[in-house]
Amino acid sequence: MRGLTFSLVLIAVAVAIFALGRWYSNSYAFFAAYIVVQYIVLGTAWNILGGYTGYVNFGVTAFFAIGAYSTVVLYKLVPAMPLPVMIVIGGVLAGIVGLGTGYLTLRLRGVFFSIATLALAVVVQTLITNWDFVGGARGAYVLRPRAAPLIGGEYIQYLFLVMLGLCVIVLATARAIERSGLGYGFAAIRDDEAAAEASGVPTLKLKLIATVLSGGFMGMAGAPLPYYVTYLDPSSGFSLNYAVNAIAMPLIGGTSSWLGPAVGAVLVGGLQEWLKVVQLREWLGIGVPSEANVLVAGLLMVAFVILAPQGIVGLFQRKK
Amino acid sequence: MSASLDLLINALVSGLLLGGFYAAVSIGIAIAFGMLDIVNIAHPAFILLGSYVAFIGNSVFGIDPILATLIALPAFYALGMLAYQVYYVAFERRDDQSLRGLSFFFGLLFITEVTLVLTFGVDYRLVKASYIGPSLNLGLFDLPLRLLVPFLVSMAMVVGLQLFLSHTFVGRAIQAVAQDQQALRLMAANPIKIKRIAFGLSIGTAALAGAFLIIIQPVEPSIGREYIGRVFAICVLGGLGSFPGMVIAAITLGVAESLTATFLGPSWAPAVAFGILLVTLAVRPSGILGR
Repeated sequence: MRGLTFSLVLIAVAVAIFALGRWYSNSYAFFAAYIVVQYIVLGTAWNILGGYTGYVNFGVTAFFAIGAYSTVVLYKLVPAMPLPVMIVIGGVLAGIVGLGTGYLTLRLRGVFFSIATLALAVVVQTLITNWDFVGGARGAYVLRPRAAPLIGGEYIQYLFLVMLGLCVIVLATARAIERSGLGYGFAAIRDDEAAAEASGVPTLKLKLIATVLSGGFMGMAGAPLPYYVTYLDPSSGFSLNYAVNAIAMPLIGGTSSWLGPAVGAVLVGGLQEWLKVVQLREWLGIGVPSEANVLVAGLLMVAFVILAPQGIVGLFQRKK
Repeated sequence: MSASLDLLINALVSGLLLGGFYAAVSIGIAIAFGMLDIVNIAHPAFILLGSYVAFIGNSVFGIDPILATLIALPAFYALGMLAYQVYYVAFERRDDQSLRGLSFFFGLLFITEVTLVLTFGVDYRLVKASYIGPSLNLGLFDLPLRLLVPFLVSMAMVVGLQLFLSHTFVGRAIQAVAQDQQALRLMAANPIKIKRIAFGLSIGTAALAGAFLIIIQPVEPSIGREYIGRVFAICVLGGLGSFPGMVIAAITLGVAESLTATFLGPSWAPAVAFGILLVTLAVRPSGILGR
């Protein structure tokens, strides 16, 4: 029952945030908040595999872009399809790719899975670049409807609401996993896989479940992207920023609980959005190109893995 | 018919030469991953750093790109030793290599790439040397010198390192670390010091590989990522830590990519390495010459 209470609280928070946004009624705020919430979804999705089982997925962009490009394909085939359906389809496709990659590589040592996911990102990008139907290397345009369905107002508000809903689902799932037998199985794999296997934990099956869930949620996070950017090309859909942020945020926030990735995403994502707005040039007195704000995530990640391996959440737990 | 046969022979030859270059790219990983068990996914970033050193040496001081990186070799060696020291203190000693150690190298890869973008921009950079451009025509096929020179220097480097590992005290100690670190400690040798030297060597090879890379093709900061799949595919296919296996695997991948680029189009070539990697991991994870 506590899971239900938790979900209700999450929904209440989400509704409050959305109501606040409607009251503030600034479309820029919606665009910025969308990115932060998207990173909560991506970071939590990564953490289901990376944080709970200890298997590092570097191919975030592959799963994310599969979701994004499935929307492009669906948009071209069935333009009237509602966005939530596209998100589910994108998630299922990304989950299937996760299952395939996991099945081939998860039986080996963890590093091989990590390497395979790195290479997977390059391969999916190669396939998309060579696929003319979705625009190939030139990219594809997706027209964002002028008004939002159901709720009225600008379409970005609808996009934000959808992403907020997805965020609630992902956070509730992550917390439910933590407190279920599945979560204990994952933790056993992370702490000592050989011992877990010897005690009868079906490690391969659990790892595959984690990979499919994690990959599926990443695909879902990517599915609304074409409507957000309206122009999607391989180099922006496969930008390394997504992968670095999705990995950096849980590591900065803390990988052991559902709260960590959310805290990391809000802090780092918020910081990046803030750096986009403030005129760094005036602030520092030197020219700072736009790439500088993504460097923040990389630097923070390296600093945290060296100095505070338990992340921000871990810092507070120790003080107690 | 004869035209396509001509194409085939030229693709095979340039694939062979490309494979020699891939061996230079992979040998650092063969040392770090195969012998020291350090999954340095930032290796391509160090290679790119080598490319840009070659670029600066060539465009500012007008020296040969390979010579420029040879001069910078001690700096790369020191950088490698420093990187290993950080890695050892922060991750290996805490026995936390898998999650945070990997993320550390991923962070290094990203930071290096963005720093290069901030410093040099996203334009393609290239170097000038007398052997870039002309090719030796041997009747049946052409030998492009821009591929032949890296091939020869790379092979010399592989043979040199193999001799170093099998004939010197430090080299044998590195091989011993690869087999049993604890036993080395019992012999009163410090495995951490040996590993530091070996990782320094590994990053040193990246400098030279970087010079080869910028000789073979123009370079921009994000190009390094394409090489992650390649180097690990080569090392896994070759059987981790075996130089002869690695050279065979590198040439196999070079030929496979060259044939793909010739007959399917160059934009498909990056997918070849992943295919090879996945098939190897699924069918024979110990590699072609693995035990």
